Amino acid sequence: MNIMSETAAEKVLEKKMNEISYKMIGEAVSVYYGDKRALYDVGLKVRENTVTALIGPSGCGKSTFLRTLNRMNDTIEGCRVTGRIVLDGDDIYDPSIDVVELRARVGMVFQKPNPFPKSIYENVSYGPRIHGLARTKADMDAVVETSLQRAGLWNEVKDRLHESGTGLSGGQQQRLCIARAVAVSPEVILMDEPCSALDPIATAKIEELIHELRANFTIVIVTHSMQQAARVSQRTAMFHLGNLVEENDTDKMFTNPDDQRTQDYIMGRFG
Amino acid sequence: MSMSLLLLIVAAIGVAGYLAGSWRARGLAGGKLSNLHSRPGYYGSFVAICAMIPALLLLLAWSIASPIYIQSTIRAGFPESVKMQPEATQNLSYNMISAIARGLPRMTQEERRALAEDGASARTLLAAKGVPLASEPEPYMVQSAQDLDRATVASSLWRAVLVIAAAAAGAFLSFRLIAPRLRARNRVEGVMLGGLVAASSIAILTTVGIVASMLTEAAHFFNSVPAWEFFFGTVWDPRFAAAGATGSSGQFGLVPLLAGTLYIGFVAMLVAVPVGLFAAVYMSEYASRGFRSVVKPLLEVLAGIPTIVYGFFAMATVGPFLRDISAQISGLATGNYASFIQAQSVLTAGFVMGIMLIPYVSSLSDDIITAVPRALRDGSLGLGATRSETIKKVVLPAALPGIVGALLMTASRAIGETMIVVLAAGVAARMQLNPFEPMTTVTVKIVNQLTGDLEFTSPQTLVAFALGITLFVITLCLNIYALYIVRKYREQYE
Ligand SMILES: Nc1ncnc2c1ncn2[C@@H]1O[C@H](COP(=O)(O)OP(=O)(O)O)[C@@H](O)[C@H]1O
Ligand SMILES: [Mg+2]
Repeated sequence: MNIMSETAAEKVLEKKMNEISYKMIGEAVSVYYGDKRALYDVGLKVRENTVTALIGPSGCGKSTFLRTLNRMNDTIEGCRVTGRIVLDGDDIYDPSIDVVELRARVGMVFQKPNPFPKSIYENVSYGPRIHGLARTKADMDAVVETSLQRAGLWNEVKDRLHESGTGLSGGQQQRLCIARAVAVSPEVILMDEPCSALDPIATAKIEELIHELRANFTIVIVTHSMQQAARVSQRTAMFHLGNLVEENDTDKMFTNPDDQRTQDYIMGRFG
Repeated sequence: MSMSLLLLIVAAIGVAGYLAGSWRARGLAGGKLSNLHSRPGYYGSFVAICAMIPALLLLLAWSIASPIYIQSTIRAGFPESVKMQPEATQNLSYNMISAIARGLPRMTQEERRALAEDGASARTLLAAKGVPLASEPEPYMVQSAQDLDRATVASSLWRAVLVIAAAAAGAFLSFRLIAPRLRARNRVEGVMLGGLVAASSIAILTTVGIVASMLTEAAHFFNSVPAWEFFFGTVWDPRFAAAGATGSSGQFGLVPLLAGTLYIGFVAMLVAVPVGLFAAVYMSEYASRGFRSVVKPLLEVLAGIPTIVYGFFAMATVGPFLRDISAQISGLATGNYASFIQAQSVLTAGFVMGIMLIPYVSSLSDDIITAVPRALRDGSLGLGATRSETIKKVVLPAALPGIVGALLMTASRAIGETMIVVLAAGVAARMQLNPFEPMTTVTVKIVNQLTGDLEFTSPQTLVAFALGITLFVITLCLNIYALYIVRKYREQYE
């Protein structure tokens, strides 16, 4: 019965995915750090309400690509991006686009948990406050509560919202960072190896969380763990030496990839 | 034997020891260096250290002790009549004797004999040898000088013999010690560690010495002037009484000086803190790498300008400028062209001192702001905060404790500053609140009390030590507090 409904749900989802428009589309994206080229004409479509995993050996440009999606590369001196990236039909590198607004729509969670040295409450309310998303204190309290709930952290911290966010454990800090990103109600959440600094239990919690977040957000996650990609994502993109090697359904990718290099990487032959 | 030749010989023994030691070690290794505990160079260094360090220590001890010993024996040999004289007169006599003794080696045997027999011509004789004397020496002085000369020659001879012997013995014994199992590296590194410890303790010991000397002198001062009169007195008027005169010892109120110090320091911080902080924020957050690589060293050069130069600037440019401007302003306002800012004023000194402090504030704060982890900035930017929001709400709050620490350190510099104040705010110790009038600071008064031809026993000079120790305590407290804050802030990220 349970199995039945799950497969049914998957079918529905599959159908939905086939119909659904792409949330973000990268076309011929190249990135240069000074004279060094880090990405070569990457074309990748990110599906809505889907978890897309980016895998590949380290240094292959996964983070670089991820950061082009919310223009975090702009903060790096000497970094240049060419090509087109479209969010819901708008080119995000168009001069008319406000990068502040873009980053409110495309949030980011980093590799190392980086809570601000402020209270838990202030960490979560930071984004809503700068974007003016909550008018009253009660509104803000509500935003903070729902965000923490979505990040699965509410029960653990509800009695100490005014203690410092840096005093939490690593896993809790990372979930706090997710809550912080969720609080601005983005459409897309980018995650750059969000579990690489965490222990297996904290990792499991975050993976579970990613599953739940998928209902409301489009997620792109960089991971160096093949198992993690298989567990959390529906689509997987494999990078190698700055090129996009293959992008496919996760199931297919891990059972029967089209490209030899993907096969080699998944079998652990390089990386 | 001269000191430099002796040093050269010791060094030569050291070098020879090094070569011999490493050669012996190599020989013992028998072509296989892994037989040795340490690499051959360490055995060489071990021998060199054993040869040189004891010898040099002996040389140092001898050079300090032997003049003292010789002086005391020579003075013990003075005629009874001379020993009756006051200490100061005896010192003068001894100085003359050592001057004569210095001339003796330049004389021939005949000249020496002539000198000993006929004391009357001593002055001309010595002048011909390039040793001027204030007066004709008394006969016993020539006698003592000859004793002194003999003793000095003997001492220098013994010194050479003993030092060379020590070096040779050290080299020989340590050479004998060389064996494959000898932990030469550990010993050499131990000696190096000792050297490092000694170097760092010199600074600390010197500070302890300074404090101790200031404390003793200040204690003398508080014997003649009650502490509460010093710390709470509101009038600074240390009349210099003529030496020996009694009764008029003046008033030593610290309060006007402290007020001036804090007032001028406050004005300086008012200038330096905003400008320096803004500069730091620009440098660390906005400036391109190229700009930063040019301007940051430039600012640090600015920090190296001697403060007297700022003093000139204050006295010659800023002071007159402010005075003239104020005359213009009052002329426009009231029709009376009288300047209300005096050429020497709290404002001038504070302003120029503030300019001097800008590089400190900006350089220290720049380092602290740059040390805020990039991850925090990224976190904020990634949420859609603008750069200035990120700086205001994340970077500066995170850096704040460190910045406060930096500002406290800067404040202690402001308090210790002297030259700018002398030239720009004058030396008048006054208690008032008008920033356009002259005032003065603790440091200026210390200089004031200690310069000139004074006895070191009158309260007028001793007060300088009381002022000094007060200043020392204030800046020490500021610095300790600053260090405490900075340390606390560091823990946040580690
Ligand atoms: N800030 C930077 N400056 C210069 N080169 C960089 C920078 N960040 C990344 N790179 C280079 O770009 C390439 C891709 O890096 P990255 O995207 O971080 O790889 P991944 O996340 O897949 O490990 C690497 O060769 C790396 O050296
Ligand atoms: Mg990466």
